[in-house]
Amino acid sequence: MPERSILIALVAVLGGAVLLAVLNQATAASSAAHVPTYVIALAGKYLCFAMLALAVDLVWGFAGILSLGHAAFFALGGYAMGMYLMRQIGTRGVYGNAELPDFMVFLGWKSLPWFWHGFEWFGFAMLMVVLVPGVLALVFGYLAFRSRVTGVYLSIITQALTYALLLAFFRNDMGFGGNNGMTDFKDILGFNIQSDATRSALLVISAVALCAQLLVARFVVRSRFGKVLIAVRDTEARTRFLGYRPESYKLVVWVLSAVMAGIGGALYVPQVGIINPSEFSPANSIEAVIWVAVGGRGTLVGAIVGALLVNFGKTWFTGMLPEFWLYALGALFIFVTLFLPRGVMGLFARREKVAPEPEVETPAASAAHEVTG
Amino acid sequence: MNPGDTLLYLDGVTVTFDGFRALNALSLYLEKGEMRAVIGPNGAGKTTMMDVITGKTRPDTGRVVFDANIDLTKRDEPDIAAMGIGRKFQKPTVFEPHTVWDNLLLALAGDRRPRFSLWARETADERERIEAILQTTRLTDQRHRRAGDLSHGQKQWLEIGMLLAQEPQLLLVDEPVAGMTDAETEQTAELLREINKTRSVVVVEHDMAFVRALGVKVTVLHEGSVLSEGSIDFVSEDPRVIEVYLGR
Repeated sequence: MPERSILIALVAVLGGAVLLAVLNQATAASSAAHVPTYVIALAGKYLCFAMLALAVDLVWGFAGILSLGHAAFFALGGYAMGMYLMRQIGTRGVYGNAELPDFMVFLGWKSLPWFWHGFEWFGFAMLMVVLVPGVLALVFGYLAFRSRVTGVYLSIITQALTYALLLAFFRNDMGFGGNNGMTDFKDILGFNIQSDATRSALLVISAVALCAQLLVARFVVRSRFGKVLIAVRDTEARTRFLGYRPESYKLVVWVLSAVMAGIGGALYVPQVGIINPSEFSPANSIEAVIWVAVGGRGTLVGAIVGALLVNFGKTWFTGMLPEFWLYALGALFIFVTLFLPRGVMGLFARREKVAPEPEVETPAASAAHEVTG
Repeated sequence: MNPGDTLLYLDGVTVTFDGFRALNALSLYLEKGEMRAVIGPNGAGKTTMMDVITGKTRPDTGRVVFDANIDLTKRDEPDIAAMGIGRKFQKPTVFEPHTVWDNLLLALAGDRRPRFSLWARETADERERIEAILQTTRLTDQRHRRAGDLSHGQKQWLEIGMLLAQEPQLLLVDEPVAGMTDAETEQTAELLREINKTRSVVVVEHDMAFVRALGVKVTVLHEGSVLSEGSIDFVSEDPRVIEVYLGR
């Protein structure tokens, strides 16, 4: 039986999403209870960010891997979905080319690059949503963990990874739309992507995906595997002398986490209607770490709470005082580091645990600890 | 194999760190079922020797032969642990956020692969083995406590318990009684003797009273090689030992 915090999170996420969708669909636009469509899209976006946060918490909170490049996996999942959506545009593009997306026509390309083939099928695209971030994480993780790269050094190379992808995706000849990325999507599985009904459905699907990820993450951290993982997080050398291979444990959770982030990205793209290289920007990955720190590292539910809270704050702030958002975010991070080392989840007195918590350690201290440890 | 067979054989092992010779052509035999105390001043190479045996440090030259034909210098830590060499660190190193029970569970000999541990469920056999170790290490009442909340001495025992759970052939124990009370020291000596009934043990220790209490063959290391070897009375009479170590 899941812990109370997990049950509350499942009910709140699913119930909230369904409620919003129903209030959008079943009420008249003039009604006081009506939820406008922009709120639906916004909520859907938050839930996708929550998946990214959950993915970050899984590796940072439970394996001690402070990834500063997790948005790369999120963006890759998003690109895979974006490619499917581009192929659905067909002749409705500006150039009316049934075979080539607009940006390729604009660049004077004559045929579809090989790596675009197959993306017209939804099933294939969904496979890629999982496979592309998963395989990248597998290769990256295999090399990094086998070489025993840990701590800040690992954080730095994750940052380099996302930055390298950012630069690569900016290039037009990569074949992913360059600077402008992909947009002007028309429909998904035949449903108009702009319609209220589709948006409501995407919101509910995002909620279901988030809940499923939460349950998977909980299963992993509560298993014996999760106990080993926490042991690796705190005293990696000791686990080796017990006969464990920390690198395999890290690799498994790292790949799982990348796939979770990729799924979040794939659901994000149809709801925001665009994917471009800025999603790879290092700042995005760092923001995701802040969400987790705010919610409470190593608590799973905290990652979701943090992502929702900070993004709600961001929306509100950028509406009211746009120029101050970054200062507010910075101040929040400092505040949490100093006064809420266990994040928002630490405020709740009831100390039921998803899994043993990290020693009271602020995010900054954790980074420092990981250099020396 | 007979009890007299060699279990571990270090043959001319040399380790240098930036020109400093931590081990200098060290050779040492350990018999099956033996308990050996290793003493020596700081920097004599005691911990480096443990590092070499457990695969943490690769020697520049020399061989470390375990169980007649396995060259440990070619293996890494998890491999060596799986072959039956357990190690207890100087500073007690237990998994602090986990309960005493879970610490022992993770240490129990068994499949170490993620694909197993993801789906593993505690079996009756595992529970029995853990109960037995809790009893041996006098931690039965502490089973549900967080390991991080244990006293220093209890952590040392938990770590020894974790070693037992690994069911190794050979235990390497680094300063087990550092920071213990007299009563705890005595109980630890008793515990090690109990363990030695079924397994070989190498104890690195500074505490001469403790080494005397163990009553086993002593190897004195100095500047990375063996200075003297024999009973505690023999080595403490040895003038070279007195000069470098005991006399000061």
